[in-house]
Amino acid sequence: MAESSKAAAAGPDFGKAAKDALLSGIIAFALFGPLVGLRTAQNMNNELVVLNELGKALLITAIVVAGRFLLSAFVFPAIASRGKKSKAILTPEEVAAASARTRNVSRGALLFLLVYPFLMVLIFGVQGSIKWVDNFGIQILIYVMLGWGLNIVIGLAGLLDLGYVAFYAVGAYSYALLAINFDLSFWILLPLSGILAAFWGMILGFPVLRLRGDYLAIVTLAFGEIIRLVLINWKDFSGGSAGISSIPKVTLFGIKFDASPEGFAKMFDLPMSSAYYKIFLYYLILALALLTAYVTLRLRRLPIGRAWEALREDEVACRSLGINTTNTKLTAFAIGAMFAGFAGSFFAARQGFVSPESFVFMESAVIVAIVVLGGMGSMVGVAIAAVVMIGGTELLRELSFLKVVFGNDFNPDQFRMLIFGLAMVATMIVRPRGFVSARQPTAVLFERKAISGDLVKEGHG
Amino acid sequence: MSTQNRWENDPILEVQHLTMRFGGLVAVNDLTFRAGRGDVTALIGPNGAGKTTVFNCITGFYKPTTGMLQLKHRAGGEWLLERMPDFKIAQKARVARTFQNIRLFSGMTVLENLLVAQHNPLMIASGMTFLGVLGIGGYRAKEKEAIERAKYWLDKTRLMERADDPAGDLPYGAQRRLEIARAMCTEPELLCLDEPAAGLNPRESAELNQLLLGIRETEGTSLLLIEHDMSVVMEISDHVVVLEYGTKISDGTPAEVKSDPKVIAAYLGVDDEEVETVEHQLDVLTGEAN
Repeated sequence: MAESSKAAAAGPDFGKAAKDALLSGIIAFALFGPLVGLRTAQNMNNELVVLNELGKALLITAIVVAGRFLLSAFVFPAIASRGKKSKAILTPEEVAAASARTRNVSRGALLFLLVYPFLMVLIFGVQGSIKWVDNFGIQILIYVMLGWGLNIVIGLAGLLDLGYVAFYAVGAYSYALLAINFDLSFWILLPLSGILAAFWGMILGFPVLRLRGDYLAIVTLAFGEIIRLVLINWKDFSGGSAGISSIPKVTLFGIKFDASPEGFAKMFDLPMSSAYYKIFLYYLILALALLTAYVTLRLRRLPIGRAWEALREDEVACRSLGINTTNTKLTAFAIGAMFAGFAGSFFAARQGFVSPESFVFMESAVIVAIVVLGGMGSMVGVAIAAVVMIGGTELLRELSFLKVVFGNDFNPDQFRMLIFGLAMVATMIVRPRGFVSARQPTAVLFERKAISGDLVKEGHG
Repeated sequence: MSTQNRWENDPILEVQHLTMRFGGLVAVNDLTFRAGRGDVTALIGPNGAGKTTVFNCITGFYKPTTGMLQLKHRAGGEWLLERMPDFKIAQKARVARTFQNIRLFSGMTVLENLLVAQHNPLMIASGMTFLGVLGIGGYRAKEKEAIERAKYWLDKTRLMERADDPAGDLPYGAQRRLEIARAMCTEPELLCLDEPAAGLNPRESAELNQLLLGIRETEGTSLLLIEHDMSVVMEISDHVVVLEYGTKISDGTPAEVKSDPKVIAAYLGVDDEEVETVEHQLDVLTGEAN
């Protein structure tokens, strides 16, 4: 009844919301009353007895009523007004303001990324910073890089690649095997892993070139699985599911990050800590990710990048203009795979251990989700999505304080995927084209105008 | 047919015995015609006559079942189009085309559309991308040139103000003009237009005529067009080829074709009186046979 008194207040239509809530409450009680409120069990004499658990049923009904009330009063009107607004055409000023905002955000983010490890050391101390630099910084940046790499294939060329993690695996195993068997340095193997992954990208590219859409997605998915299964079963080559361990670490101009006299800590007279290595790795992956971004931005302004986007828009028109679509698709696959190869070799060096476990389909799905969630083709969007998805799941590990509320059996990790899924569904409803859906033109005659995502096609494979 | 016709003396395109079958359906049946250099050649015929199929064969989107398509450049190169993949036809034989249902890169700006059309020369200028990524070589200058060419065509098609707008945002008539501008940016020898006047109002249609005639005048490009709009066909074409059920039924100057009874019967429709005459003739014929 408190609800109906609120209905008099201005703003949202609380009366209607209360009616909705009451109706849902009745339905919920009718449903959950018998289902939850009455429980059958066996008593000591093996007789079937009915237990009265009306309290639970009432609790569920109360949750439904409250939830429905909030939805009707606040969420639905917000969505409705949002829909009205998005239909209106943006004025040039709004578009210009939006692109200026994006530019400022990316500049600020870059600055933040550069000082991030030192910030963490300042806040949490040398030892305490390890978690924040490693679990958050490095982990997120790996996915940012993978997202940017896949963005070339999906976002620019419009080819739905569900087996991207295969190239990541190729890069990781290239580094692991070549470093162990031939004792080569990371700095030689980094480009080599990229080249090998690109080569595998071409190998995948050839058979799938004539496929489109769903068929392309299925074949790339199969390719990802083939690579993983080969790694599991070809034990002489890859060590099978046991994986490869004690992969050499990265060195900084020959300086090792260990306790030896010529190690980094001794050299600079610092107390021994693994934090320095982590910070070094952080800057390494940051540099690699920025390289990916730089090359992608360059490529977009080159004819090959425009051809990729044209391919996504209309393949037939591309061919009528003399563009070799076969080569164009192959380069997209190869360059996308190359960046996955770089990331893979970094991953192997960072973990010191690789096994096929790390390259399951779920990884591909996460990377695709990052690209789609970020807004296909948008670098800033993909970076934001990676922070949200990977940082978000890492943050859930930090929720152990919730044990106080839900009891000791509560493990927030178990709800990761559930929350993750719900968040994705919600994002796709609110922003169907991803966080950043507008496309920036690659050539300007008079004035730079962002292109609304409604006009940009997703590609058809 | 007079021998002074350009298509007899100096053809840019010779189509010989072109046949295209889709399973049991014969879309084009033993079609032979020539398109003159510098001419505006119109391919007309009722719906389903196989006009677009002929276009798709010329531009390589279909591989003809049989037949030969020979293209001769002004500079002297000769190309057998039936043996080339579609993108090579555009790149090497320099045949550009537009589409019946407009195919622009709608999420890219007007300017970007025109730059994509200059992909091949720009690709070479960027050192097949390798030098371009490193910023070495003359790519920047070449891109400026490409933008100049784009501006030239934007000016000709009156799209200059819309240069930075997405192509999908343009009104219909402007999209048609942009598609022509995009095709012209590939510097073609032969421009194939699939119903360029479809959906245009009379004023836009007249403007299109001027644009096409201007292209022929200043660029020396030969034009081959499919058109339903008879005013466009009669006004700008030098040579008309008429198809019906995949077979050529008439070939000549617009005036000749216009007065050809077969064309009138097949394409423009048969008058009631004529139907009676034809029926009468048929009666006589069947009567004689009996």
